[in-house]
Amino acid sequence: MKALSQRRRHPLAAIALLLLGLLVTGGLYAVAGTVNEAKAQTTTYSAQDVEQGEKLFVANCATCHGINAVGAEPGAHGFQAGPSLIGVGAAAVDFQVGTGRMPMQMSGPQAQVKPKQFDEEQTRQLAAYVASLGAGPAVPSEEVLDTTKGNAAKGGELFRTNCAMCHNAAAAGGALTRGKFAPALGGVTGEHIYEAMVTGPQNMPVFNDANISPEGKRDIITFLHTIEEQGSPGGAALGSLGPVSEGLLLWTGGLAVIIGFTIWLTQRSS
Amino acid sequence: MGDHSHGDPNTSGTVATAGQAEVEKFQDPGLPPHRPRLADKDPRAEKRAERQVAILFAISMLGTLLFFVGYFAIQLDETTAISTLRLQNLLLGMGTAFAMFGIGIGIVHWAKTLMPDHEVAEERHEIRPEEDRQVAEKMIGQILDESGIKRRPLIRNTLIGAGVLAILPAIGIFRDLSQNLNPDILRQTMWAKGVRLARDPEGTPIKAADVTMGSAFHVIPEGLNDLHEGKLEAKAKAVVLLMRLDPADLNISPGREDWNYNGIVAYSKICTHVGCPVALYEQQTHHLLCPCHQSTFDLTHECKVIFGPAARPLPQLPITVDSEGYLVAQSDFHSPVGPSFWERG
Repeated sequence: MKALSQRRRHPLAAIALLLLGLLVTGGLYAVAGTVNEAKAQTTTYSAQDVEQGEKLFVANCATCHGINAVGAEPGAHGFQAGPSLIGVGAAAVDFQVGTGRMPMQMSGPQAQVKPKQFDEEQTRQLAAYVASLGAGPAVPSEEVLDTTKGNAAKGGELFRTNCAMCHNAAAAGGALTRGKFAPALGGVTGEHIYEAMVTGPQNMPVFNDANISPEGKRDIITFLHTIEEQGSPGGAALGSLGPVSEGLLLWTGGLAVIIGFTIWLTQRSS
Repeated sequence: MGDHSHGDPNTSGTVATAGQAEVEKFQDPGLPPHRPRLADKDPRAEKRAERQVAILFAISMLGTLLFFVGYFAIQLDETTAISTLRLQNLLLGMGTAFAMFGIGIGIVHWAKTLMPDHEVAEERHEIRPEEDRQVAEKMIGQILDESGIKRRPLIRNTLIGAGVLAILPAIGIFRDLSQNLNPDILRQTMWAKGVRLARDPEGTPIKAADVTMGSAFHVIPEGLNDLHEGKLEAKAKAVVLLMRLDPADLNISPGREDWNYNGIVAYSKICTHVGCPVALYEQQTHHLLCPCHQSTFDLTHECKVIFGPAARPLPQLPITVDSEGYLVAQSDFHSPVGPSFWERG
């Protein structure tokens, strides 16, 4: 003990203490995180989950979606603040809350992605409550999200037929009417992509299992992850936006290079 | 009065010249004094420039070698990884770029630093000397005279006739480039009474019960995938987008009451502007957006144009269900799909 008290004024003591503190907190969080993940994988909801979820719903969502999630009365301009959530299923909640779109930050053409407001446990409880109101699409199982079993080539064919017109052939997203847009799909988890297809969030149409089978959806997710991992075969993608960004670069960068060469060509040598 | 067609402008009297009365004329300032370059004065600078040019040519040679390394050392087959393909792309591109760049820059640098650079003045030719014009005029007159084209109208007229006719075969040949000039192929598609609606690209038929509210199906006629010839042409005309709305949202005009099935509607996917696939469906606003020129169609009003350059609504495909519950077409489209054409009427 004496040795320790002697060294506590050592210049490095504060740094050592800080490191120790960080390690302990980090370690605790890591343990807590794995516990949460393990819980989130179970898709059966207990009565307690539903009860907790209802409390969260009343506190955070009922303002727009109404008590008992029946949807709000149309407002002054005939716009409904929030739609009824009966029958939208756990998948819709997991997508909207899990990506941070809900609770909505502000009203506008469409709900924007933001840092999520509820942890996985709370999201699960909310999903449990909404799922208890009426039958709807469930959160997809591990089996249908296992991209090692997916076929990227088949998925690419399905993607180009069903998704590429809005989300761009390279999944870079695109504009819709009046300020709405189809988001870029890079960095979105397979679970959220799957849930978006089955629930049709906001203006996206629904792609139910009769339209694209669960295996087809897995193929699409495999394709998206594949093109994200392998990058652009042609060098810099410039946002994968096609002629707009490529043309801009050529008109500015390319012309600058040509002007530079012209000056060099006509300049007298020293 | 001056003479506009003869002589120098200054002497013809048509152009007023400044200070005509004075003898003093604008003096030719001449060329700036010649300035010797570094390589002309310093043998070491000359040697350095020579080395630089040689290095640039050597870079070009290395670039060509790099190209061949990429071309021969990397073998492509079915198992090639995408990263290998990308490496080859990089080597071929960089190799060619350096091969061309090295030669080009090298030659310019050589010319600028080492080749003689003394200034040379070259006098401009006299503009339109009168004699040349007269000689040419005489030659043309001689040709007309000797050929006798004025005296022999029979020859002249048959020559004009032969020239006009000789162009006609070209019109025939270019006309044949379009395989079928019958405009009726633009009016008809694969859809007919009883043809089932099938999923694109699998070609499996769709049950009415599969189309839930808010769904969008990309549809081809059943049997399209079995075509051996003209499959893409048939598909380009027949693709359809299938959606389900609340029947209360549909505003149906007289005569079209039975064209939908419980709110399931099918519309041609080919834009009536220039034929892009209109497939951006917003399931809350029920707008269909064409990605090419932003023509917007309102699904609740039978796809009438509400924005953009398209002139006509998208043609609707009348649908119903068969005895097994599959969606089938009642007939072909009632108006031609896609952009306008001369004979459309």
